[in-house]
Amino acid sequence: MKRVHLYVLTGLLAAIGCGFFSYKLFVLGFPLKPEARIDVWRVEVQVQFEAGGGPVKASLFLPRRTGNLVIVDQSFVSPGYGIVTEQQPGRGMRAVYSIHDASGPQTLYYRAVIQPARMRDEVARDPVPEVPPPQFGGVERAAAETVVRAAQQQSADPATLAPLIVKWLKEARPGGEASHLLGRQPTNHRLATVAARLIQFAGVPARVVNGIALAPERRDTHLLHWIEYFADGRWRTVHIVEAAREAPAEYLAWWRGDEPLIELSGGQQLKHAISTSRSYELATRTAIDQQRALEKKLIEFSLFGLPLQSQALFRTLMVIPVGILLLVVLRNIVGIKTFGTFMPVLIALAFRQTGPVWGVAFLCIVVGLGLAVRFYLERLKLLLVPRLAAVVIMVILIIAMLTVLSFKLGLERGLSIGLFPIVIMTMTIERMTMVWEERGPGEAFQQGLGSIAVGVMCYFVMNLQIVEHLFFVFPELLLVALAAILLIGRYSGYRITEFYRFRVLART
Amino acid sequence: MNWFRLNALLNANGVLGINRRNAEYMLPHNPRACYPLVDDKTLTKQLAAKAGVAVPELYGVIEIQQQVGALPQLLAKYRDFVVKPARGSQGDGIIVVTGRSRALYRTADGNLLDDHDMCFHVSNILAGIYSLGGQSDKALIEYRVNFDAIFEKITYRGVPDVRIIVFRGVPVMAMVRLPTRLSGGKANLHQGAVGAGIDMATGRTLDAVWRNEIVAEHPDTGNPVSGVQIPHWDTLLELSARSYELTGLGYQGIDIVLDRDKGPLILELNARPGLAIQMANQAGLRTRLDIVQRELPGLRTLADRVAFARERFAPAGGTTLGTLA
Repeated sequence: MKRVHLYVLTGLLAAIGCGFFSYKLFVLGFPLKPEARIDVWRVEVQVQFEAGGGPVKASLFLPRRTGNLVIVDQSFVSPGYGIVTEQQPGRGMRAVYSIHDASGPQTLYYRAVIQPARMRDEVARDPVPEVPPPQFGGVERAAAETVVRAAQQQSADPATLAPLIVKWLKEARPGGEASHLLGRQPTNHRLATVAARLIQFAGVPARVVNGIALAPERRDTHLLHWIEYFADGRWRTVHIVEAAREAPAEYLAWWRGDEPLIELSGGQQLKHAISTSRSYELATRTAIDQQRALEKKLIEFSLFGLPLQSQALFRTLMVIPVGILLLVVLRNIVGIKTFGTFMPVLIALAFRQTGPVWGVAFLCIVVGLGLAVRFYLERLKLLLVPRLAAVVIMVILIIAMLTVLSFKLGLERGLSIGLFPIVIMTMTIERMTMVWEERGPGEAFQQGLGSIAVGVMCYFVMNLQIVEHLFFVFPELLLVALAAILLIGRYSGYRITEFYRFRVLART
Repeated sequence: MNWFRLNALLNANGVLGINRRNAEYMLPHNPRACYPLVDDKTLTKQLAAKAGVAVPELYGVIEIQQQVGALPQLLAKYRDFVVKPARGSQGDGIIVVTGRSRALYRTADGNLLDDHDMCFHVSNILAGIYSLGGQSDKALIEYRVNFDAIFEKITYRGVPDVRIIVFRGVPVMAMVRLPTRLSGGKANLHQGAVGAGIDMATGRTLDAVWRNEIVAEHPDTGNPVSGVQIPHWDTLLELSARSYELTGLGYQGIDIVLDRDKGPLILELNARPGLAIQMANQAGLRTRLDIVQRELPGLRTLADRVAFARERFAPAGGTTLGTLA
């Protein structure tokens, strides 16, 4: 009965742990490996103008989440200005900077942090806007009909029609219908606008998209224009520059429509500059940022919600259970004897700072010298607690001397000896003395070596990058570790060392 | 040999491992509340005295540091005695004084101690360095057993004792533990004492184990350790069977010494008896524990349980001989 209870409990714990783990891994997109990195783009818009000494209102389009990119953070720097954001259906989001009274040169900033999206969000979700058919008058109407008819003859459906119209416009011969529509020396913007109107004219919803190409360290990015048209139930993209290709991830769609990026009232000499830069960030971080953008409150209440310093502490704390699990296996299944129950795990924590080789060396020196002091104290016939206190002080002195000595010898590693658990070492020295006297030095060394070996093994497991990463990012794995420990708690088979111990009884 | 094969062989021979002992015998059958009765030897003594079971006479108890100063006066009355911690385990912290040499105490392992050493040792006991979990402790000064002459030839200093494992009132397995030079006079197998298995039916010793090897002679004296008839075997079995009612521990080890003059005395009871007894008997405990588990409902009286142990737990091959005799 008890067994069934235990199995149900461990099964439940493991299921909860694994469930959360897979949810975070597959749905929220937390990375399984620590080294996964991701591009993060920073975009800054600087707006400058001369205010005329009265109320000023400047409205600026803001980028929004697109299919491939997510705005994870944005900020407005504008001393004295009030900021209101407003949604403009079918066009984008607008921020309105306003101030009651301003004169002289003004500078406003808008900054955004942009990342590749983990979950692709199709632009297709946008509602299809009601686009009134474009009005062409007289000659233009005739030219437009010619171009559209020519394109329609070569295309099968709207999906192929739009790129053809763009192609026609781009390859317009001087004096032809297309060039008449475009005017003399058309800009990209003009080309995109005309193309969008023509596609609309052909009966396919279309719009001009204004955006930028995300480039590493670009001071002054030009606005780019391309076209989106609605076909087969989703919005598709045609580029003016390379008409055949879809927009790559590095194109950030900013706003849609013919309006300019910034509209200003109450000021003159409007200038703007857009700069972009790129940095890498850990994929974990970016996954969390995206969740925040998607308002997953769940993440806020995880370890990532903590200040960085506490996070560093928990990175260490979360690996302790892994060391303890290993310790339980080594003690209860393998049957290694150690001094003190959890002493090897604490030693392993200290090894994380010193490294295993120096760690073992320092530990042996400290315990060795401590033992010498302890054997000397034996002659003084001190009572237990004062004797332990004396050993604590001696251990601290030994550690201080070793640190100074190794620093003077140029061993940087020596500086972290201070992290050894002093009280644990004192208890180790005391127990080792007891075992030494009661059972002889052989047994004392055997248990000492056992402790160090287990400590080193714990260190290697606890120091694995993947282990630290997994347990910090997925703390629910602790439940799985707990389940494993509960199961070992009812393990009643032989310990591996017992095979050796009872070998005389292994007769057939 | 590979582990799977060893595992299968040990299982087939019913060898009890430490994990199974803890999980299936100690945890379910030994209620936590009963532990203090056996962990504190002063309580064990009181309990035994109440039940009319013989124990080594208690000369004195040192409970607080202040009493340590009066220790030499207390000891002055006795030529030989034993100092032991009330909560000690595995024989740690026990000093056996066999006699005096001028003002010095002569111990069983041949050392000489002065009053100072003795007081320091008692102080250490009080501070709890030998006790389970490091709690503060008491020091017992008690009668030193003059062990039965039969063991003289097969003991090197120290006091041999008989360890019997008792499961729910049924004596299951027994051995006699013989100190050696290696064990420093202690009757503890993993400190190097010889353990000789005992035929439950007759009380004769079987082969012995010493440091994981099967031996037929005592390593120091060279005398044969097998075939020795343990005196008072009936009493020993009865004492052990009664210990269950005494402590309420379902799975326990009872240590009995055989005194030349006073007969069997209970030295201590143990709620966590070791597993080395299996090696001394060359038999697995689990087989026997399973039998007890199965047959227990039919065993009503103490006499039933003793008779059951004699009948069922004779060594393999010796069973028929035992019952015939």
